[in-house]
Amino acid sequence: MIFVIVPAYNEGKRIGQVLSDLSSLPYRVVVVDDASTDDTFEVAQKYNVDVLRHRINRQQGAALQTGNQYALEAGADVIVHFDADGQFLVSEIKDIVAPIERGECDVVFGSRFLNKKSQLPTLKKYFIFPLGRLVNRTLLGVKLTDPQSGFRAMTREVAQKVVIEQDGMAHCSEIVAKVHDHKFKIKEVPMTVIYHEFGQGFGGGLKILKDLLFSKLTK
Amino acid sequence: MIYLQVLITLFIIAILFKLFKQRQNNKMSVFGFVIWSVLWLVVLVVFWQPDTTTYLANFLGIGRGADLAIYLSIVAIFYLLFRIYVRLSKIESEITKVVRKDAIKNAEKK
Repeated sequence: MIFVIVPAYNEGKRIGQVLSDLSSLPYRVVVVDDASTDDTFEVAQKYNVDVLRHRINRQQGAALQTGNQYALEAGADVIVHFDADGQFLVSEIKDIVAPIERGECDVVFGSRFLNKKSQLPTLKKYFIFPLGRLVNRTLLGVKLTDPQSGFRAMTREVAQKVVIEQDGMAHCSEIVAKVHDHKFKIKEVPMTVIYHEFGQGFGGGLKILKDLLFSKLTK
Repeated sequence: MIYLQVLITLFIIAILFKLFKQRQNNKMSVFGFVIWSVLWLVVLVVFWQPDTTTYLANFLGIGRGADLAIYLSIVAIFYLLFRIYVRLSKIESEITKVVRKDAIKNAEKK
């Protein structure tokens, strides 16, 4: 069984479209509402999906781990992480799952750089993402074209071993690092991203760096 | 200066008294009691004999006793900040665990 985890925080306007696209596909969809203050929870309830709700906002990494744990308990074989804001294409879920189903690898990361159609803002493409790659490479020893991608698929075994402890946005780097530590086989596939807004910007990147550094200090 | 010294002395006596009472009621470990008592006694000595810090400072290669006090307090403050940060992240992760458990328990299945 393939589970699609959709963490959502104040996505009431966009999540409806995403869930209606998803419900036509043969996946079990789990929405984790991260204590949204809008109608995200109510919108999600209208669709044929499992809905979980954080009573207090714990941020995206925490929501993903909640989804992972729930999916594991429900007997998931493959878990896919998918954004609630309509940035990703549901038609590409089959592409990201395919390498796992063929037994080629344990984890698949979507990459905005291996292709194709994603239109990246110039500042992101030439400044922020290269910087992010550099940090991941020096700090974590990870070589990926797109370590900050939120679109990924993993086997049951990976979800059991890779426990997300970074509640905030540093979870992307954390997952990549832990996957490397456990020596799981990785593959990257091209993905499409449609940008609505700029996303986290440079300040967000610095916050991720701070979270990662402190987690190394306090361990 | 004598007024301030008397005031501080009374203040410290009150604190020592409170420490002693807390120790008697077993609200404080022996270790904590000793550390806090020594700390406040040191404050008392420094207020009555400010030169003692200068001896110590000179011994450590620092010119003035006041400088030594400031250096030590900065180190102490940063150490406390770090301790608080560690404690906070622990509390945060505990909250996440509780929230997660609650979310999974109350999941609405379709």
